[in-house]
Amino acid sequence: MVRVEFLGPIQKAPLELEITNLNELAKILQGDEEMRQWLENSAVAVNDVLVSSRDFALKDGDRVALLPPVCGG
Amino acid sequence: MLYLYDGALDVPKILKEWYEQEGGSNYGAYIPFVGTVRDEDGIEGLSFDIYEPILNSWFDAWQERAKERGAVIKMAHSRGDVLLHESSYIAAVFSPKRRVALEFIDEFVEDFKASAPIWKYDLKGGKRIYALERSTAIKGSGILK
Repeated sequence: MVRVEFLGPIQKAPLELEITNLNELAKILQGDEEMRQWLENSAVAVNDVLVSSRDFALKDGDRVALLPPVCGG
Repeated sequence: MLYLYDGALDVPKILKEWYEQEGGSNYGAYIPFVGTVRDEDGIEGLSFDIYEPILNSWFDAWQERAKERGAVIKMAHSRGDVLLHESSYIAAVFSPKRRVALEFIDEFVEDFKASAPIWKYDLKGGKRIYALERSTAIKGSGILK
């Protein structure tokens, strides 16, 4: 099971999914109307490390986070 | 050294603490940047969410870069609400000579704005409104679109 969390302003409860890579997550989230706007501009972290490609394998217990645009300060 | 606080920062106290922490470290320059909430667009203040695990690793990487140049970085940021004319952000660089600190504070604050996992909201009419138009997508965003 992979836990998917949505950070900051994305108002969505965490998901627990049986997926093995980020491509599968992309397909699931693309089917969610409310998530489409966030997929355009969100970064993705796996186990708190940012990843740059969706060809990324996931294993049981991994945590994925979506990070929308930031503005500290 | 990264310090997170609930609500507004006590700027004089923090700057004094940092000054005293490095008093005997033989740094010739201490260059702080303080960010204060301005009265504009009818806001009552700002509010912040922080994702600490990635903020910590981002900050640690910058501290390593500073160390390579003989400098040290300190940063303080608020969680939650910060009202008008209060401060939410302090970054400071200590270095042996001024040039490194002056350059480093600029590079550090720019990358902070573009990369640090902190989300800003305007407080307006009792609501907390995400400041999307002032926010920056983190490098590499959009891989799931």
